[in-house]
Amino acid sequence: MDTQTVIDILLKFVAITVAFVVVLFVVAYTVLAERRVLGFIQGRLGPNRVGPGGLLQPFADLLKFILKEDIVPDKSTRFVYFLAPVIATMAALMTMIVYPFGPEIRIPFTDIVIPLVVAHFDIGLLYVLGVTSVGVYGIMLAGWSSNNKYSLMGGLRASSQMISYELALGLSLIGVILLAGTLDLAQIVELQSGWHGFRWFIFFHPLGFVIYLIAAIAETNRVPFDLPEAETELVAGFHTEYSAMKFALFFLAEYINMFTVSMLATTLFLGGWNVPFAEDIFGRGTFLFGLVSAIGFLLKVIFFLFLYIWLRGTLPRFRFDQLMNFGWKILLPFALLSIFITATLIFLFPNLF
Amino acid sequence: MLVLLFILFGAMAIGCALAVVAQRNPLYSAISLIGVFVSLACLYVMLAAPFIAAVQVIVYAGAIMVLVVFVIMLLNVEEEEHRRPRLRFLVPTAVVLAGVMIAEVAFILVTVQQSPAIPGSSTSDVGLTQSIGSALFTRYLLPFEITSILLLMAIVGAMTLARRGGLIQPRDQAKRD
Repeated sequence: MDTQTVIDILLKFVAITVAFVVVLFVVAYTVLAERRVLGFIQGRLGPNRVGPGGLLQPFADLLKFILKEDIVPDKSTRFVYFLAPVIATMAALMTMIVYPFGPEIRIPFTDIVIPLVVAHFDIGLLYVLGVTSVGVYGIMLAGWSSNNKYSLMGGLRASSQMISYELALGLSLIGVILLAGTLDLAQIVELQSGWHGFRWFIFFHPLGFVIYLIAAIAETNRVPFDLPEAETELVAGFHTEYSAMKFALFFLAEYINMFTVSMLATTLFLGGWNVPFAEDIFGRGTFLFGLVSAIGFLLKVIFFLFLYIWLRGTLPRFRFDQLMNFGWKILLPFALLSIFITATLIFLFPNLF
Repeated sequence: MLVLLFILFGAMAIGCALAVVAQRNPLYSAISLIGVFVSLACLYVMLAAPFIAAVQVIVYAGAIMVLVVFVIMLLNVEEEEHRRPRLRFLVPTAVVLAGVMIAEVAFILVTVQQSPAIPGSSTSDVGLTQSIGSALFTRYLLPFEITSILLLMAIVGAMTLARRGGLIQPRDQAKRD
């Protein structure tokens, strides 16, 4: 192993650490934003006491999670009970590394060119789908090992819901893969940089985008698809028996998953880091261009996060049979239709795409 | 470096595989089997076949094992008690089969002196998604389509079996609407 390899590995470690810190930071402030925005929607204030305007609230929450008593139910299956939150968080965090959050940039006054992505490989999209599909085990095992009927119901509901909507989610992405001809996320973003940075795939594949958005909400178990933790029916669903830091891990996993699906939506449909006309103003490969692109990417993701919070403040919850009917009888046929339309258009007008 | 990773994932795969057989609780066996699939996927990545690795995780760990765990949870299968196995003749059969397997491996180790050259991961396109896709849809189109029809038949068959009582009764339909 020569020095170059060691330096590369160290650089990767640094990149992963930075990515995780950023993710945790964004997640912490998404939670705060959710509470404030929900407060605004419901005509109240929300948390505003810790720090200026409540800005230090996430740290207070974290401290509370750490200091609370950790209760383990007497008849739980110990090993699985501890394993479940770890799987949930790990699967959520592992997808973070493949998203390109900016173009290749040259560091000022040097010749070093770095791509703004932690890991770049051929099958980025499949990797995301694979790791997300493993994440369902966290919820299932949590529900099973708690030895509580509400937990079990929540776990069963979560797994059946996530399996059902994974199909529609996967099918809605096929249109994008057809348009791009690759599974490499960096290349998919690169292909959307034409037309002065406005050649986004949402214009070619709008039905797929809508289906992806709905299926993604169901995949992350958010309102209106939050049946696994429907508090009016199941106490708190699969995490009823979890307390303190282990509950915090589930909480973290849910918000990281929100962040992930928002990033995927941005990358695949909204042009990733492409900011309209940024290339004409700053020129490709400059540091400022990279900065503007990264900020643009983050703003698009934040738009989706806001959409999630907005939906939570607006919509009531589905009933379980409605959820299944909607997933299998409406979303899935429309996803197939969207593939058919996109494939036909590509076949008829190959020059347009 | 690669050898270290290979030993790590290989040991993980073997350990999990042993746990699948040794565990008495079916859910623990299922979890161990997921571990086997994930470590095998890691080995595929190291063999420059990322597509196979992703498919391994998505199909086996993400879909099939979810179904298995789901059924175990739903039926609430109890821990198997310690008792003498009913099919006693299986034990000598297993021993003989294991012996044959070890003999085969030993034979390969002794006779095959030279392993084929390992293709460099940067130059070869064997395991890449694009080459697999073009091979599937040109050269191996017929087997691919036949497999698809086979799977379709399996789906239709499963639905027929699940609806043994015929179509949905009008009464149930009314209740649902």
